[in-house]
Amino acid sequence: MSATLRHIRYVLSENLVTLGAFALFTAFVLLAVLGPIVAPYDPLATDTARAMQPPSAAHWFGTDALGRDILSRIIIATRLDFGIAVAAVALSFVFGIALGLAAGFFGGWWDRIILRLADTIMAFPLFVLAMGIVAALGNSVANIVYATAIINLPFYIRVARAEANVRRNAGFVEAARLAGNGDWRILSHHIFPNILPPAMVQVSLNMGWAILNAAGLSFIGLGVRPPTPEWGIMVAEGATYIISGEWWVAFFPGMVLMLAVFCFNLLGDGLRDIIDPRRRT
Amino acid sequence: MIRVIALRLIGAIPNLIGVVVVTFLLTRELPGDPAAFFAGAAATPEAVEQIREKLGLNKTLIEQFGLYLFDLARGDFGQSLSTGQPVLTELVQRLPASLELTFFALLLATIIALPLGIMAATRPGSWIDHLCRLITTAGVSLPTFFTGLLLAYVFYFLLGIAPSPLGRLDPVFSPPRPVTGMYLIDSLLAGEGALFRACLAQLILPAITMGVFVLAPLARMTRASMLGVLSSDFIRTARASGLASSTVLYTYAFRNALLPVVTTLGMVFSFLLGSNVLVEKVFAWPGIGSYAIESLTASDYAPIQGFVLTMGVLYVLLNLSIDLIYGLIDPRVGLEA
Repeated sequence: MSATLRHIRYVLSENLVTLGAFALFTAFVLLAVLGPIVAPYDPLATDTARAMQPPSAAHWFGTDALGRDILSRIIIATRLDFGIAVAAVALSFVFGIALGLAAGFFGGWWDRIILRLADTIMAFPLFVLAMGIVAALGNSVANIVYATAIINLPFYIRVARAEANVRRNAGFVEAARLAGNGDWRILSHHIFPNILPPAMVQVSLNMGWAILNAAGLSFIGLGVRPPTPEWGIMVAEGATYIISGEWWVAFFPGMVLMLAVFCFNLLGDGLRDIIDPRRRT
Repeated sequence: MIRVIALRLIGAIPNLIGVVVVTFLLTRELPGDPAAFFAGAAATPEAVEQIREKLGLNKTLIEQFGLYLFDLARGDFGQSLSTGQPVLTELVQRLPASLELTFFALLLATIIALPLGIMAATRPGSWIDHLCRLITTAGVSLPTFFTGLLLAYVFYFLLGIAPSPLGRLDPVFSPPRPVTGMYLIDSLLAGEGALFRACLAQLILPAITMGVFVLAPLARMTRASMLGVLSSDFIRTARASGLASSTVLYTYAFRNALLPVVTTLGMVFSFLLGSNVLVEKVFAWPGIGSYAIESLTASDYAPIQGFVLTMGVLYVLLNLSIDLIYGLIDPRVGLEA
């Protein structure tokens, strides 16, 4: 255990930017967990008497057209936005890795069919496919999660397939097979742990992308519905006011959204630099 | 060469089939009963049954797919419920607006990204390298719909140098005579300078918004592949032979470094076409993206399916042309095929 901790400390001290991103990530997770306790106001409480107030000491981020406190709404939204992203990435991780392993390890028809599936998903501009899926399955948060999971699937399939393909005939796999391990045991105990590092980099980069995607979908009116606080919807609500000068309604949720995505991208880059220094760019 | 092109064309066919099959499956997954939906709320059970008959929903899935293909082949994408127009007509009318925006954004991004990547690669560790790194990481983190709003706020509301961010053309102008449907090109063809400037003024903010988003992967890949090429043996030989540094950089290094950059264009187009939808909503740009969003708001599904299909086909064709360009830049690819 102490070795793991030492390794994490080494990883973080190696790169200050990654350390900063990690701190930011921790802050976001805390906000997501503690949201209702930290938020100064009720995110749904409307009060027309204090509508459209610019940022002040009482309302740090100002209030929106219905007099709701924007800071509180942003804090409460963290849980939903992160929840959607985590659920979507977890789904595509599990299914993508399983499919990719099967394709790379068994080869043959498995490989052909699974690769065709990945190629078909990649044949669409991904955001457009997500729109189509949510429009077809129905307008709900669960369907945003499914759509985001589906469009991220090919990335995991490719990572797992490439690694499984290389290791299929490696010495340690042959040895495990000779020792009497079945296919499933070899896959789960010998090959899967080896694809975890590149898959984790993918997870980190994908998280930011999943958040952007979910926020984009709700910005155009899919999935999350008002009055639920969500970053994309809040930007959409503020969009009508920004060209008449009330900038704060859209600005703060947009900035927080940007910061969250930025944080995941930095984390992903940092992880990749450490795990695979050759691909450092 | 013709054989290479033919092989690439054949290679794109499975993707096209995939796009059509997925779009078909999405059509059949409409929430609730499509027949009841298309019949409207006040329809009698007989009317619903009639519509079911008309749409072929009582047939097997395979038969329905056959009918769907038949309709597509005749150019029948269904009708929009809210406007009453055939979907294909509206898509064709609006497509040039989207294409103009997309290509102009790509042009802007390329003009900035390639020099930035080259400069960062030739001076690793310098301030321009750090700037490049910052821009590339920040660029992909920007939600396009938010950047668009910020730009509109700064350049329209605060500085007042951009026109009102609504639509393709200021209402005081009338659009140029349609030739390509792209206002910039059409106004140039008509020789109307003032009109061209007005179109450009409307186009510039949405194009920058999209350009910033795709600048990142382009600059990043240019830098990485330039770095790789510059450290290779043939560059050392060229330098040792006493060639001018600009000749080494542009004739030898850049042409080779361009190959991975062209490959990333596929991903860049996926980004561009996707963010197109969001940017069109922010700037009320009358392209196919805002058509899809208007239809979503009205729960009008035929246009959305048509939109997804159009985007899918467009993307497959763009990837195909990237493959062809790749073959032109790198003759070795043609020989292998």
